[in-house]
Amino acid sequence: MPDPEKRRTSLGDIVTNNYVWRSIFRHGYADTPRNRVLQVSANVWLHLHPSKMRRHGIRYRHTWCAGGLTFLLYLCTVVTGVVLMFYYRPTGEYAYWDVKYLDFDVPFGMIMRNMHRWAAHGMVIFIWLHMFRVFMTGSYKPPREFNWVVGVNLLTLTLLLSFTGYLLPWDQLAIWAVTVGTNMARATPLLGTEGPFGPQLGMTPRYDARALLTAGTVVGAPTLLRFYVLHCIFIPIIASILMILHFWRIRKDGGISGPL
Amino acid sequence: MAENIQPGTIQDQEEVKVQSGRARAALPAADLPDKVHTWPYLVRAEFISGCILLLVLMVWSITVDAPMEEPANPTKTPNPSKAPWYFLGLQEMLVYFDPWIAGVLLPSLIIVGLMIIPYVDINPKGNGYYTWSERKFAISTFLVGFLGMWVGMITIGVFFRGPGWNLFMPWDYWDPHKVVPLTNIDLPYFVGIRSQMGAMLFGTICVLGWLVGIPGAVWQWKKDHPFFKQLGMMRYGIVATLFMIMAGVLMKMILRLSFNIKYVLVIPNILNI
Repeated sequence: MPDPEKRRTSLGDIVTNNYVWRSIFRHGYADTPRNRVLQVSANVWLHLHPSKMRRHGIRYRHTWCAGGLTFLLYLCTVVTGVVLMFYYRPTGEYAYWDVKYLDFDVPFGMIMRNMHRWAAHGMVIFIWLHMFRVFMTGSYKPPREFNWVVGVNLLTLTLLLSFTGYLLPWDQLAIWAVTVGTNMARATPLLGTEGPFGPQLGMTPRYDARALLTAGTVVGAPTLLRFYVLHCIFIPIIASILMILHFWRIRKDGGISGPL
Repeated sequence: MAENIQPGTIQDQEEVKVQSGRARAALPAADLPDKVHTWPYLVRAEFISGCILLLVLMVWSITVDAPMEEPANPTKTPNPSKAPWYFLGLQEMLVYFDPWIAGVLLPSLIIVGLMIIPYVDINPKGNGYYTWSERKFAISTFLVGFLGMWVGMITIGVFFRGPGWNLFMPWDYWDPHKVVPLTNIDLPYFVGIRSQMGAMLFGTICVLGWLVGIPGAVWQWKKDHPFFKQLGMMRYGIVATLFMIMAGVLMKMILRLSFNIKYVLVIPNILNI
């Protein structure tokens, strides 16, 4: 270890070698094996990772970084989504014009909406890439079976998040895409008015699986409010809980997969 | 561990280990332990990939605006009405199957089928590394299902479907008045069966033969094979049924697109397959 007294001259030392800095970052600044471990294990954001890992696991060609980037895109949608929520009212009268206002009058409103939209689409693509990669490396095999199941649930929730958000601009694209999507629920066996045995069980257009989704017989203002709550509160909370489980299980199941 | 490595050299040796190819081959790194420090090697890789992704997202968001059409109007239905692009595979299946099969049963089977993969794939090989030769069946099934069918049907839905959900080439004019002759016939009619009872019987034999007969015959033929013994009848039944349903969807698509076959089995007011 070099004597810190002799190295006072460097800017890095001036910044790091004081009481305040050391109260925040417990590990030293010098590049030693101990500090490398502490930089990961003593950091709340990085401690998801093990302090040492197998060499092949950091290769881009092994992981494609697809899972991590899916999570990063999720964080992007959360941050930009909260910004959008300041300006958006989920009612039939206001929704469309609030989005127009965001696009044309709110400073950085357009880029916030663009980033939210494209990050959401990117998240769908990256979660598929992640599933594809995990399948190709056989990483769902023991002991990671259950984490694959959690991942499939996260994939489904991602699609539902994206689908519920699709309605919120309240334009022609939104209302008809969601009409097409929710119409399928009408055909649910037993629970849909046009599904097998649905009418026999008393399902009507106002009281079946589709009416539960759309809060009515057509995609209208009540649907908008319902999708808004699902999109901003319900599904993100469920997805976040499953993400905590997913990331925790990666560590508990032995870290990143690799040849045994 | 760290004690027998000289200070100042450890990062070099670890750096050698995280490098691939020639740099590693040139140095005697094979006897080094397989583990490297997460900081800086993984954190660095994550940081770089995250920066690139955010940069691409920023540039994309500056240059391409999110779509915004006229205000929602429930009285004005666009033609075609397309679901969000990631659901166009399901919308495409509506062409070939009744809504409750295409919109509810098959999506549920996709989700359930994905979730049970780890519990029915008993092949211990290929755990944590890329291999083709050790997992030929699993990988080819997944490639056909995911790339061929899921991504393929989304591609058809996004680029090749126009007004009236008719097929258009991407460069074609979307003519909303395009006339497509309705020449679809049912499979029993196609093979020359004209009576309704005969058609239902033939259709039932086809569907049950596909879903039960073929897997059952394969089981009878192969059940003494050590792999099938280890797999067991339960797991074999689940895998074979899901596999034949997936292959059946593909077969039905081929029959429709190539031979204009509408249904294989029609039981009026109850079931069309």
